Amino acid sequence: MKTLKNKQLYQLTLTQFLETIREPEVLFWGIIFPVLISIGLGLAFTQKSESKFSIILVENPPAELDSLLHSYAQLEAVKGKEIWSWKVKDNILGHTEFKFERNDWQSAIVALKRGEADIIISDSVGKMQYHFDPYNSQAQLAYMKLSALVQSPKTSNTTIVVPVAPLTLKGVRYIDFLVPGLIAFGIMSSILWGVSYTLIERRSQKLLRRMVATPMKKSYFLFALMFVRILMNFVEALILFFFAWLLFDIQIQGNIGALLVLFMAGNIAFTGIAVLVSCRTSKTEVGTGWINAVQMPMMILSGVFFSYHNFPEWSIRIIKLLPLTALADGIRSIFNEGAGWMEIMTPSVALSVFGALCFVIGMKFFKWY
Amino acid sequence: MLQIEVSNVHKSFKDVQAVRGLSLAIRAGEFVALLGPNGAGKTTLVEMMEGLRKPDKGEIRIQGKTWQKHENELRKIIGLSLQETRFPEKLTVRETLRLFASFFGLDEERVQEVIEWTGLESKHKSMTGTLSGGQRQRLALAVALLNRPQILFLDEPTTGLDPHSRLDLWNILKALKDGGETTLILTTHYMEEAESLCDHIIIIDEGKILQEGRLEDLLNEKARNLDELFIQLTGKTLNDHSEGEK
Ligand SMILES: Nc1ncnc2c1ncn2[C@@H]1O[C@H](COP(=O)(O)OP(=O)(O)OP(=O)(O)O)[C@@H](O)[C@H]1O
Ligand SMILES: [Mg+2]
Repeated sequence: MKTLKNKQLYQLTLTQFLETIREPEVLFWGIIFPVLISIGLGLAFTQKSESKFSIILVENPPAELDSLLHSYAQLEAVKGKEIWSWKVKDNILGHTEFKFERNDWQSAIVALKRGEADIIISDSVGKMQYHFDPYNSQAQLAYMKLSALVQSPKTSNTTIVVPVAPLTLKGVRYIDFLVPGLIAFGIMSSILWGVSYTLIERRSQKLLRRMVATPMKKSYFLFALMFVRILMNFVEALILFFFAWLLFDIQIQGNIGALLVLFMAGNIAFTGIAVLVSCRTSKTEVGTGWINAVQMPMMILSGVFFSYHNFPEWSIRIIKLLPLTALADGIRSIFNEGAGWMEIMTPSVALSVFGALCFVIGMKFFKWY
Repeated sequence: MLQIEVSNVHKSFKDVQAVRGLSLAIRAGEFVALLGPNGAGKTTLVEMMEGLRKPDKGEIRIQGKTWQKHENELRKIIGLSLQETRFPEKLTVRETLRLFASFFGLDEERVQEVIEWTGLESKHKSMTGTLSGGQRQRLALAVALLNRPQILFLDEPTTGLDPHSRLDLWNILKALKDGGETTLILTTHYMEEAESLCDHIIIIDEGKILQEGRLEDLLNEKARNLDELFIQLTGKTLNDHSEGEK
């Protein structure tokens, strides 16, 4: 132990570790925040929530609707306004509630613009006339549901008997999509901030210069920095997974070994980027700019929170080349599709090579002092 | 043997000629003060001697060796404190010293020694981020002394210290001088510091040596102390007092 204690590599790693865990913000942003996000978004999108639609009647209810409201809906007084509330129970697709409110055309349009109302209904000789933005899918859904309900209002109190087989299988829920994405995102942001920012800050404090003025091995210094970061990433991912498993019963269906390899490859890729980003500047503001420039596009495009398949066809080919996309898709395929060594081979090699390349270029221009 | 030989060294930054053809020689065991106003080129010169900057022109030899060929060897025998270094805030004094000790393969015993020597015993468990300016300077000195350097470079070790802390530091350095095994190169704005610690004084301004020699030899009837000498040489004061507060 005594000999180990005065070894450079041991001391470099130890001090790096101590510095990391003594920064309470690191623990919050690295560990607690991702868990909170996953719980928040997971609950918001996974739980069968009641869908509510708000409908504005610009005239007295058309005869067709009026009779239905009287037999199926309740009249409630909310803040001095009279509102008809029609609740439809559905144990498979979730309950639905329509709220009908009387107002003039002008206010109805304003409410529509603000997203407070979904559709407007006017009277067309006793029949209902729907007004809504056809590009708004929420409005469209409201229209479909309401018009179907008006056709056969009796179904309202029973479960639909049409053949709907709910697919709440493991691996297709939103939380299954989200957690692997968050793990990948966590790797990216923690390495970019952890490695780049540390390097830039030490350079600006002249600490790098002070250290290389001793017989310190530069490679040990970099190794210790990366090692501690990767270790922290592992712990962070483990904690996130643990909570996701506890609360949402997330499972890893594929090969754990392959997952570890891909995890390492992701760390290598982002470490390379981090070193490249921080190779010269000693201004933390410049560093922050670079880190955001790298991180923001990937955070939006790489499908961490929502699938990138909604982006235009031509852009998807480019998006798939981003390191975060490769990492997130890879982790997701292991979690949800049971992927193994074969499937992650290409992304792992690509990520590692890319990281190594960035690292080499970064080192070539690296400014120690 | 000459510990340091600087011959006709030049260094420019973009449009500033920081050091303009400067030569000097420092013998073993000498305590040398580089005295000059802000922007004189002291730090630039010292950092070139420390092997942290490359001269544009000219040559620097430490114990007859150049930085290009013998960097690893030279790093082990020099000690230094930079004009401004902030040590990792979230490490304690002892952890910081242990880290730097490990670079030289030194053990806990040596760490304890320098802590005692620099009077940091009561602070050895404090995070460096919580140290006062004077304590920080002492930590920088402790780090510089770890490897029992044959050549020690201190860039403004007492700037910003109160008279009492300054005296403490001088005493540490005087003890080092009595040991007789260290060559010291120190930059300063303080006349008294140069006078009380150093045998050899080099006055520089605008990247050139204005005058150098032993204190006794520099002074004469017209210049009875370093302040007067400086005015005589440059027509301006060292501006000791206002700069000292910086
Ligand atoms: N990295 C740099 N880039 C550009 N100019 C620099 C750089 N470092 C120093 N200089 C310039 O070189 C000149 C000499 O600077 P130097 O730091 O050596 O002065 P100094 O004698 O140490 O001053 P002080 O007493 O204020 O520490 C100054 O004009 C300074 O502006
Ligand atoms: Mg200086």
